[in-house]
Amino acid sequence: MSTIIPFGPQHPVLPEPLHLKITLKDEIVTDAIPMLGYVHRGLETLVSIKDLDQMVQVVERVCGICSCIHAHTYCMCVEGILGIEIPKRAEFLRIIWSELHRMHSHLLWLGLLADAFGMESLFMHCWRIRERVMDVMEATAGNRVIISINKVGGVRRDLSPDQLRWIAQVLDELERELDAIKPVLTNDYTVKKRTVGVGVLTKEQAYELGAVGPTLRGSGVAQDVRMTGYGAYKFIDFEPVVEKDGDSYARTMVRFRELYQAIDIVRQLIRKLPDGELSVKVKAAKPEGEIVCRSEQPRGELLYYVKGNGSKFLERVRIRTPTFANVPPLLAMLPGIEMADVPVVALSIDPCISCTER
Amino acid sequence: MFDMTRTIIANFFSKAHTRLYPLQTREPFPNVRGNLFNNIEECILCGMCQKRCPSQCITVDKESQTWQVDPYACVYCGVCVEHCPVHCLFMESPYRKPAAEKVMNRLVQVQGPAKKTKGAAQ
Amino acid sequence: MALETKNIAKTQLQAEVASLKAVGYRFVTLSCVDLGDSFDLIYHFDRELQMTHLRITVLKGDTVPSISNIYFAALCIENEIKDFFGISFDGLILDFGGHFYLEEEVKRYPFCKVSVKEPQAAKEGN
Ligand code: SF4
Ligand code: SF4
Repeated sequence: MSTIIPFGPQHPVLPEPLHLKITLKDEIVTDAIPMLGYVHRGLETLVSIKDLDQMVQVVERVCGICSCIHAHTYCMCVEGILGIEIPKRAEFLRIIWSELHRMHSHLLWLGLLADAFGMESLFMHCWRIRERVMDVMEATAGNRVIISINKVGGVRRDLSPDQLRWIAQVLDELERELDAIKPVLTNDYTVKKRTVGVGVLTKEQAYELGAVGPTLRGSGVAQDVRMTGYGAYKFIDFEPVVEKDGDSYARTMVRFRELYQAIDIVRQLIRKLPDGELSVKVKAAKPEGEIVCRSEQPRGELLYYVKGNGSKFLERVRIRTPTFANVPPLLAMLPGIEMADVPVVALSIDPCISCTER
Repeated sequence: MFDMTRTIIANFFSKAHTRLYPLQTREPFPNVRGNLFNNIEECILCGMCQKRCPSQCITVDKESQTWQVDPYACVYCGVCVEHCPVHCLFMESPYRKPAAEKVMNRLVQVQGPAKKTKGAAQ
Repeated sequence: MALETKNIAKTQLQAEVASLKAVGYRFVTLSCVDLGDSFDLIYHFDRELQMTHLRITVLKGDTVPSISNIYFAALCIENEIKDFFGISFDGLILDFGGHFYLEEEVKRYPFCKVSVKEPQAAKEGN
């Protein structure tokens, strides 16, 4: 006999309203259907009333966690259509803030995961570390999460040499603190018991179902949009983080190792940061044409399709967020696992529902 | 097995990482976009800020010589500050205090800028 | 930097997508643009960080063959487009009937400049 029970939209482990209709046979999940639409805001339609520059602030609000990267990608698109080349320093600064966003997003997620399997102390600890990154963001960009530093044509704030030194110092501390929780995440019985071998997504499945980001890399596919070298990534050496097993543990490890990678990238950026202007003047821009830009968010590949119609309002901005692509893989992970594991597996794709529904 | 234990014990003997807000507050960082103000006597009421604001929270009325911002709709992005031609808008780092009632930040210009500034800006 | 797309007819879509899958492309997403009296559907694919785009143009009120039988991942986006633009997809493997995001009482397609009427045949779903 099978039972259908709703998982979400309100669930203790979910910060956002993800709703899955789960079919159970005894304790085992046999099928899952996503039900979305709780936080759909229609942000894409706002293009018709917000002009080119105001849209930057709108797209930042698509996702609260990776706002900087949304704005970055949007600006890349508009600059691409207009054929503007932004100063090199601006590109570096954009990436510095993007990588800081990646750090705080991954730390937030690690905390939530720890919370999901009931390890309150680790949850608090991750968020305490995250607070350092938030402080950096607040002090340098002016806001904590939605930092509003991108604009079409460049960035709006600079980092002074003092601030750069301070960031480097914070990164060192951050690395030390991450080292302290590393044995917990990698060896702890509680963590392993709940994640190893749970929610397995094979390499072929992951690729075919269009998984992106840590979900894809956790299954052994070395794909990271940063490798295309958009923005300042072309000046940076890094290797995508890959794990082979495809279970929740592998995805956790990908994100944890990406934290170190992000620290390393920011260090490289600070070292190589060129001098120069912060932005170029974009006067009465009227873009015409289409463009597709991609970038790597903490959760995976983000795609923007922008179409301009020769006025200061864009014709269409289409946003494909990473979680949207990770929903079908999630549906493939669920069958066969126990109901009690569903929260951890659902969290392991790092769902961001307000992103998904825009 | 006891990986977290070491951290927990260390935490017992170290200083608390939290503050007893509101008894104890942290100094705000400089340059934080905490609160938006207008130096109303210098404002030329041109309405640029109103036009540029992405959240439409500023209302400029030339007739009654008022400038009003809805602090609960403002997203503290600082766009208006950048676009003000006479730089009378500015942001301060202390954040707004929580309030029990929504009060608009409505400013009435009494005198207005000196003629010279006005001429120079236009 | 213009977007290079391969324009194909609606009938070629299934074959074209299947051949892309055979050479190892990953389905990224599908974008829909309202052109007034027709829609542009742009299919984005990716292989080793190189993108390929297919474009089909359909008249309002027309149906489009679904590619969710080839790429399961297309299911979400096709349902989304059905919600927002009212384009019906033939052979969607899991059809939410235009209520993927939107509630039953929504009568207009929110992303259309001119709202289209849903063809009766597409109503049934499965
Ligand atoms: S832009 Fe500046 S001068 Fe113009 S109305 Fe606003 S505050 Fe006043
Ligand atoms: S800070 Fe931003 S949201 Fe607030 S009034 Fe200025 S432009 Fe508008």
